[in-house]
Amino acid sequence: MRIGVVTFPGSLDDGDARRAVARAGAKAVPLWHGDRDLRGVDAVILPGGFSYGDYLRCGAIARFAPVMAELIPAASAGLPVLGICNGFQILCEAHLLPGALTRNVGLRFINREVRIRIESAATPWTSGYAPGEEITVVLKSGVGAYAASAATIAELEAAGRVVARYAGENPNGSAGAIAGVASERGNVVGLMPHPEHAIDPLTGPGGDGLRFFMPALTRRAA
Amino acid sequence: MARIVVDVMLKPEIHDPQGEAIAGACRRLGFGEVISVRQGKRFEVELDDATEAAAGRVAELAAELLANPVIEEFTVHPAR
Repeated sequence: MRIGVVTFPGSLDDGDARRAVARAGAKAVPLWHGDRDLRGVDAVILPGGFSYGDYLRCGAIARFAPVMAELIPAASAGLPVLGICNGFQILCEAHLLPGALTRNVGLRFINREVRIRIESAATPWTSGYAPGEEITVVLKSGVGAYAASAATIAELEAAGRVVARYAGENPNGSAGAIAGVASERGNVVGLMPHPEHAIDPLTGPGGDGLRFFMPALTRRAA
Repeated sequence: MARIVVDVMLKPEIHDPQGEAIAGACRRLGFGEVISVRQGKRFEVELDDATEAAAGRVAELAAELLANPVIEEFTVHPAR
């Protein structure tokens, strides 16, 4: 399995994402924002960071990068795509996911471990978890509060497209304590906290995040 | 050449913690009559197009790039 990890100007967590992919047993393929080429990968990760310095809005400029001209139609056609943190923001700006990320309530940049509950295992990225399973990952964002219209939130909840939710306290004011959502087909997932920082007890809070990097590609045919 | 201004504001229903922090600072500064502050953005766009179509083009640009219609609304008007 070959999983592409896109590097934008200002990406920070592309290295950790590639490392997580390799640790999970897949081949990490570096993808470059300026190339209109997905190099035939089976899935793509948009990593965290501050692409284009978060100028204008987080993810607003990365959305128009040449690589996105290939990624957007591929994702619409079913390619599994995981956006983490800034990657989630980019997917929202690209309209591959509904809603938007807004500034944290309380304005503080949050950098700590959080418990999240996997609400849906029906995506290629979360199929390694049991629905309702709680895991510890790392929240590392200033613009992480998920926002969408009440109608959109109701639709996401009803369709089981809320993929992950903060367990216990809502750290950033996200609507419905939502930490991650999926596209209508389920192949595109955005997640605000960072599973790639939780793949090894030596360098993070544990290994709970690793299963995100073993996407179930067989689901594409379903 | 035309100069067109785009004002972008968060939609009223979107929480604006930056505006709230500014309102708090206003009151600490002695402006106790300040009830609320909402923070927005202003863009001044210069175009090589002096025709009436310029404002329409900028509105297209605002809808696609300068504002995120999910959380923001915008107005377009000529610069003074």
